[in-house]
Amino acid sequence: MKTLLNKDQLSITLQRLAHQLVENHLSFKNTVIIGIQPRGVLLSERIAGLVQKITRNKHIDHGTLDITFYRDDVQSRDIHVPADTNIPFTIEGRHVILVDDVLYTGRTIRSAMDALIDFGRPERVELLALIDRRFSRELPIQPDYIGHTVDTILTQKVKVYWEEKDGKDEVVLIDKV
Amino acid sequence: MSLSVKHLLGIKELNVTDIEQIFQTADKFKQVLQRQIKKVPTLRDITVANIFFENSTRTRLSFELAEKRLGADVVNFSASGSSVSKGETLIDTVNNILAMKVDMVVMRHSASGAPWFLANHIDASIINAGDGINEHPTQALLDAYSMREKIGNLKGKHITILGDIMHSRVALSNIYCLNKLGAKVTVAGPPTLIPKHIESLGVRVEYNIKKALEWCDVANVLRIQLERQHKPLFSTLREYALYYGVNKQMLDSLKKDIVIMHPGPINRGVEINSDVADSKQSIILDQVENGVAIRMAVIYLLSGKREME
Repeated sequence: MKTLLNKDQLSITLQRLAHQLVENHLSFKNTVIIGIQPRGVLLSERIAGLVQKITRNKHIDHGTLDITFYRDDVQSRDIHVPADTNIPFTIEGRHVILVDDVLYTGRTIRSAMDALIDFGRPERVELLALIDRRFSRELPIQPDYIGHTVDTILTQKVKVYWEEKDGKDEVVLIDKV
Repeated sequence: MSLSVKHLLGIKELNVTDIEQIFQTADKFKQVLQRQIKKVPTLRDITVANIFFENSTRTRLSFELAEKRLGADVVNFSASGSSVSKGETLIDTVNNILAMKVDMVVMRHSASGAPWFLANHIDASIINAGDGINEHPTQALLDAYSMREKIGNLKGKHITILGDIMHSRVALSNIYCLNKLGAKVTVAGPPTLIPKHIESLGVRVEYNIKKALEWCDVANVLRIQLERQHKPLFSTLREYALYYGVNKQMLDSLKKDIVIMHPGPINRGVEINSDVADSKQSIILDQVENGVAIRMAVIYLLSGKREME
């Protein structure tokens, strides 16, 4: 096991990502943040909180998206348990920032875009990933905002821990046997 | 994660975890059904055959909508007007349908046990949509789900099932389901419509309907199934309505507001009066609404099992 980002590094990275978002979206009036269930949600909550502070907005539209029913592997694997989708605002004509913790094959993002389109037609969709597992993509999908890039092999796994849920802030690379 | 069974034949075969999982999944499908686009592409690669050897409005429509909203392809079959009247057997009929590459079968049949028989002879997953006087599992699931939505966790809650217990598959499935969820169940109705030894299923029997209603939090009122009663079990419908029908006056005389349910189709003025069926205490239409979400959950959870065995 190897630490990719410790608590302080993670905090700085999140700050940078939030500033990059504000740089491109300024007031955030026409922009929404959507975290992908389950692990992208915690990241998106942090990011939304930081953006709110930086832009001094009282409110940022922030939702969650579950992609279970949009997966492309229903018949090949065990059934997945769905989580909540909560998008209590319109995305029609707005800028959507999809947020996930680890970008790997790109299949989750493909599903997420399908799911998202069922809620309306956004003017633009961008992707923020805390960890980009480079060279592992199975679809032509690239993030617009990257926290940290790693080169990994198939048997490795990247795990992001959050204080709120796991009791610590850390990103690690695990060698699976 | 998936169910402990390959088919949904009866509630009897399910465990509590299965039921909870179906409810949790149904919650999510209920969210989907409230969106503008009420459809997901999850099962776009599977085909479901709805095979109905007996009449149905709600169940069949509900299954068909559930399948379509999961993105599955649907074929419908009803016995009337088919080759069944030419003498084709059940297994032949179903095997011919499966030969057209159908992955899942939803079946209603007038013979009790028909889905179990079929499950032993074919590979596809089978969902029982009602077999004779035995079980109607999806109805029991949607009933329990609707009760829970209305009064919360069913553990220790009092549920009365009222009416034609003898001929009701809804009653039997409800008893199994409610027992598994920890509710206390009373069956009530005229002695001729309550099977002997039903206490062995862990239910109370009450012949006085006022007492039965006084005791409960929820009353599930069942239809008098004249089509299954081959000999007279009560003198007239009017007499039944008089002694066992639920009316507003009776509900108002109770100390508390109980929840009224009915699986449909309603015989208005017989087992239940319009002033009750259409009242605020009735959740009959919520049951129908929840039916689609419950059936979506069942079909979704069974669809992952196909690669096994």
